[in-house]
Amino acid sequence: MNKARLMQGNEAVAEGAIYAGVRFFAGYPITPSTEIAETMAKLLPQVGGKFVQMEDEIASMGAILGASLAGQKVLDATSGPGFSLKQELIGYAACAEIPAVLVDVQRVGPSTGQPTSPSQGDVMQARWGTHGDHPVIALAPWTVREAFDATVMAVNYAERFRTPVILLMDEIVGHLRERVVLPEPGELPVYARRQPKCTRSEGYQPYTPEEDLVPNVADFGEGYRIHVTGLIHDETGFPSGSPSVTEKSIRRLHEKISRAEDEIIHYDEFFLEDADYAVVTFGGVSRTAYEAVQNARRQGIKVGMVRLMTIWPFADKMIARLAKQVQGILVPELNYGQLVGEIERAAAGQCPVKLLAKYNTEIFTPTEIETAIKNLCAGGRI
Amino acid sequence: MERSFEKYFRQNRLPHLWCPGCGNGIAMKAIVMAIEKKGLSQDNTVIVSGIGCSSRASGYMDFDTLHTAHGRAIPFATGIKLARPELNVIVITGDGDCTAIGGNLFIHAARRNVDLTVVLFNNSIYGMTGGQASPMTPYGKKATTAPYGAIDRPFDVCQLAIASGATYVARSTAFHVQHLTEMIAGGFDNQGFSFIEAVVQCPTAYGRKNKLPEPADMMKWMRDQAIMKPAWDKLPAEKREEKFPIGLFYSAQYEDYTTAYDEVIQRAGGDQK
Repeated sequence: MNKARLMQGNEAVAEGAIYAGVRFFAGYPITPSTEIAETMAKLLPQVGGKFVQMEDEIASMGAILGASLAGQKVLDATSGPGFSLKQELIGYAACAEIPAVLVDVQRVGPSTGQPTSPSQGDVMQARWGTHGDHPVIALAPWTVREAFDATVMAVNYAERFRTPVILLMDEIVGHLRERVVLPEPGELPVYARRQPKCTRSEGYQPYTPEEDLVPNVADFGEGYRIHVTGLIHDETGFPSGSPSVTEKSIRRLHEKISRAEDEIIHYDEFFLEDADYAVVTFGGVSRTAYEAVQNARRQGIKVGMVRLMTIWPFADKMIARLAKQVQGILVPELNYGQLVGEIERAAAGQCPVKLLAKYNTEIFTPTEIETAIKNLCAGGRI
Repeated sequence: MERSFEKYFRQNRLPHLWCPGCGNGIAMKAIVMAIEKKGLSQDNTVIVSGIGCSSRASGYMDFDTLHTAHGRAIPFATGIKLARPELNVIVITGDGDCTAIGGNLFIHAARRNVDLTVVLFNNSIYGMTGGQASPMTPYGKKATTAPYGAIDRPFDVCQLAIASGATYVARSTAFHVQHLTEMIAGGFDNQGFSFIEAVVQCPTAYGRKNKLPEPADMMKWMRDQAIMKPAWDKLPAEKREEKFPIGLFYSAQYEDYTTAYDEVIQRAGGDQK
């Protein structure tokens, strides 16, 4: 059995990537994500993989997409401003259906903001940062061990759905050090790259979707001579200006993810059986919220908690269910209010949804969240 | 007539979308002639392009082809080469794609000496968007965004490539087809970052604005203004005005990036895995 190690969240991401079979990383330094690049620079050559420090965030993103098309599992890591630069090619990866995982260790923005204090301000950038209509998968871990597991899951989803996957970390989890026992090889599932089911002479088309709406695009260098483009294309992979092809293509990109929501959406529920109120959180804030909820329960307040691991696609069904059960939902976020809008939308007026926002570089204290829970119960101001 | 080059094209994707008289097709054919000359396999060669007129070439060529985003072809190509060093990776780009939006990416790939062959179709203009000035529009020439003549000084992209660390740098034109083919073939021989500037005519967006409205006018301009390097070297400065040199400007032996990376893997013990 693996020994327990004291490990940082960022380091766990790198270890998870290696476990998941990532063999190529391209990146550009930016705090608080840099330890991921540094750890990959050390680990990748040890397993025959490659790390390259590129000249900027855009080049990094281009390099991982090229390597992915040549058959490698790939990762890149950044923070808010770098995430913005990568958005152009995240859109490219969504359109051309290239598996890739991008880690965003969030910090206070906008712009250079407060480097490198904790924030959760990129919730909407993760969803809508790139141009045009596109689906996205974003996962947000709350422990060091889960940073490892979520990275493995992100790489798996990128391969399974041939789409860019965002690992939405925050500085709290990225720089947190915890005792972890990493899984043994084989303990977590690791998905292989999807492969074509017929040959070029048998009429192979790279963008013909399978039943799950995901195409088995051939890797470069395998004799398929495919064409990959960021223009809207038909099943041949070549551009098409047709309205019906465009509509079909954009719909399929969305539906390949939305149809699999039950597989992709993960969350933890705590103390909900008898709960009259609920706290909904994600990432590093969940750690504080968990403490606050426990403290409130000790005082007889029937409050429960949901910790979202999957941020996108959003857990609409679960929130709708929750909103019918409880009399109020509290959403503590380290931003001016982003996820709260999604929760309000999904709750659809079934119960009040209250925001507890913090954006002054400091993390929540358990007392702040506990006080907000009490105010929620009293029907007063948060 | 021998038409052996036809097998390198996706016949069902032709005819191409370029304007009548455009030089991009000549440069594209020079690439496949060089591929044939050097015996590169279609299954083992990847063509990567950016965005713009030049970069539509990839769609017509029967290889694994990748039409990327504007200016980004070279980092995509770098990723492919690092992931699969055994593949020949050729980049087709344009003057705007490579030296404006992709300028930083271009110089850094040259610096790393990644084993790519980059062919820049230089038509001196943004053709796809209708004739705006590029960083390689000659000084004083007109464009839709330089209606009174360009005051930006143009790049000498070959000098830029040499200064950035490229290990093979050459220029030719769409008039000098055999020479262009040789220059590209020489790039395939170099194991490192090879850069070939192919000067091509754009009668539609550039020529019509600059008193060279017919394709033949532009071909004559290339014939008369391009001077082979040995002759250029002897040409006195006063006779160089408006003219430009073509030929092999620089070649050097230097360890390429993927070879260097193999040594990194060895040092880390990863070759044992």
